Amino acid sequence: MFQAGSPSIVDTVEEESQGENMIRLFVGAIGLGVLATSALAADPVEIGIGYLHRAGIKPTLSLVEQPAENDGLAGARLAIEDNNTTGKFLNQHFTLEELRLKDGDDPARAAVALADRKIGFIIADLPADALLKAADAVRDRGTVLFNAGAIDDRLREQDCRANAIHAAPTRSMLADGLAQYLVWKQWKRWMLVVGSHEEDKLFAEALRRAASRFGAKIVQERVFEDSGGARRTDSGVTLIQRQMPVFTQQAPAYDVLVTADESEVFAPYLPYRTWDPRPVAGSAGLVPKSWDAAQDQWGAVQMQNRFLKLNSRHMTALDMQAWTAARMIGEAASRKNSGDPKSVLDFLKGPDFSIAAFKGQRLTLRDWNLQLRQPILLADGRMVVSVSPQEGFLHQVSELDTLGLDRPETKCRLH
Amino acid sequence: MHRCLLAGMAAWLAAATPAAAFIAYVSNEKSNTVSVIDTDNWAVTKTIKVGQRPRGIDFTRDGKFVLVAVGDDDTIQVIDAATQQVVDTLPSGPDPELFVQDAAGKVLYVANENDNTVTVIDLEKRVRIGDVQVGVEPEGMAISPDGKILINTSETTNMAHFIDTATRQIVANVLVDGRPRFAEFKRDGSELWVSSEIGGTVSIIDPAKREVTGKITFSIPGMRREAIQPVGIGMTKDGKTAFVALGPANRIAIVDGASHQVTKYLLVGQRVWHMAFTPDEKYLLVTNGVSNDVSIIDVVAQKVIKTIQVGELPWGIAIAQP
Repeated sequence: MFQAGSPSIVDTVEEESQGENMIRLFVGAIGLGVLATSALAADPVEIGIGYLHRAGIKPTLSLVEQPAENDGLAGARLAIEDNNTTGKFLNQHFTLEELRLKDGDDPARAAVALADRKIGFIIADLPADALLKAADAVRDRGTVLFNAGAIDDRLREQDCRANAIHAAPTRSMLADGLAQYLVWKQWKRWMLVVGSHEEDKLFAEALRRAASRFGAKIVQERVFEDSGGARRTDSGVTLIQRQMPVFTQQAPAYDVLVTADESEVFAPYLPYRTWDPRPVAGSAGLVPKSWDAAQDQWGAVQMQNRFLKLNSRHMTALDMQAWTAARMIGEAASRKNSGDPKSVLDFLKGPDFSIAAFKGQRLTLRDWNLQLRQPILLADGRMVVSVSPQEGFLHQVSELDTLGLDRPETKCRLH
Repeated sequence: MHRCLLAGMAAWLAAATPAAAFIAYVSNEKSNTVSVIDTDNWAVTKTIKVGQRPRGIDFTRDGKFVLVAVGDDDTIQVIDAATQQVVDTLPSGPDPELFVQDAAGKVLYVANENDNTVTVIDLEKRVRIGDVQVGVEPEGMAISPDGKILINTSETTNMAHFIDTATRQIVANVLVDGRPRFAEFKRDGSELWVSSEIGGTVSIIDPAKREVTGKITFSIPGMRREAIQPVGIGMTKDGKTAFVALGPANRIAIVDGASHQVTKYLLVGQRVWHMAFTPDEKYLLVTNGVSNDVSIIDVVAQKVIKTIQVGELPWGIAIAQP
């Protein structure tokens, strides 16, 4: 019945396919009619999601890593599309309302403004203190916040909130993900270089904890003082090439240089410039993150393609965290057949919730602090080198709980 | 008396001659090849170069051609089973992955992962004759034994879509657990099974009521729950025994078709994915993606009897049915 191609067949095929197109047009018209009537029959359930951005964009040392204006938001937009593709089968319709804070704006007022517009869910990319203000301001309104952008452990510990779910990983999860790999690789002697800003110190703290948990040893610590100055200058490279080897010389024997520089002051300058030839990890070199544009395992190519098609750029970790947050809402709404925030929150906290996010296994919530369990990718800027948890790091509940603070150590009291 | 003798002769013949030889085709996702296995001596007899990222693979109903979806080339290639060479391509949509044919072998339905559609192809004329819009990341495909309903599963929407093959309209959507990968009907049409890779379950759906009536769950001592990821499903023709590939759990679960209880777990290779029976149902061949091999299971004995090395990341498998 099936013949290898011959030109004469192709000719008839074209004619027939035109006829077929006519039929399809006709069928299409009927289809539209059917859609219109069903829409009249029942209006879809409208589910509004707010997106609250922090003010400004963090400058990076590397020009290629400079975040886009819509970093994060673009991921939420894709999830809204995905939710709506599903929603059309369930008569649910999702919308995204964006609000960007300016310097000095009150995050509490912004959150209330969204709640006033009957928005029951807010995806937040805010610094820790602003996130707490926003969550507390809408707590009595029943609005649920999804933290997509803050990695501070305290938001899941002493400062946890019953109406704040965390799609972003924590610093301790990132540090543990990196440490497991370095220990697996037998790079157990670390030299740690820490920036002088507050968040650099917090990451360094998480790295120290990870080292002692998994059996690495920090042989020496150095502080890189931020003396100010422009991140990009025309004569930059010459100067950096002299500075970095000098900064890293006379170190005790070590296997890997681990950096804590969330402020983007020095870490990206270190690879290939250390006094001793050593790999760099942490804030530069091998970086732990929730997502990378190079991630292609477990069906991720479909996700990367979909994102690229919609946004004409690569997908970042923040985009993924916002996508996951919006998909969690969509997933719960489809399972509960409801857009009610309480019903969604209850489902997310319950035992039946899990979400697929192209990381090779189901992601679930830690019920004691509402943190999303997730594997941590280790990427070098071009490839995903590994994904933690590493083989052999065992846990009685979930191997994902070998990453970050676990239930017995939590300081969170949800109420 | 005469009949007795004939039966005796037949039994003797069956014992003396080896099992009928069949040919299995295995798509190797990473090496861009198809391995051809002779089931007589369980050996790879040929490796055929195909397009990029071959995954879904099946014979045409007449057994003359093997169709293989080469996702990164956005097409389905046609291998001539006689010459074992690629002879043609089919106009699928972007990134085809799995597909299913109607009973007559005239219409092919293809899941296109990248644009949320199922493409309908006329196999005789080799033209695309329609599309059906489905959920996000369409994957699993099955057709009801009476040919009236096409099933497509969408991985991010988490649904089994019921599509009327006559009108090509969706008539029902059934929510299942996370990341549904594969759909399979019982031959008598009484049940539809859908595997959920991330959810870790197989949903049993009543095709008449179009609702989930039961769920198969899996539990392997010492194995964490997240590693149990059901993907491929194979069912014997009588519907009495089913085999479910559990992905990174490296095991095949044997499930009782009536009670839906797991009766046994067979250890196979790493990341076991899809499977195919020999036409006599004596053997089940399963692909092990990470260990780059195919395990042969003796269906009656419920034992793995052999492992055959194939290309890199073996994914799909097809054996011609007479």
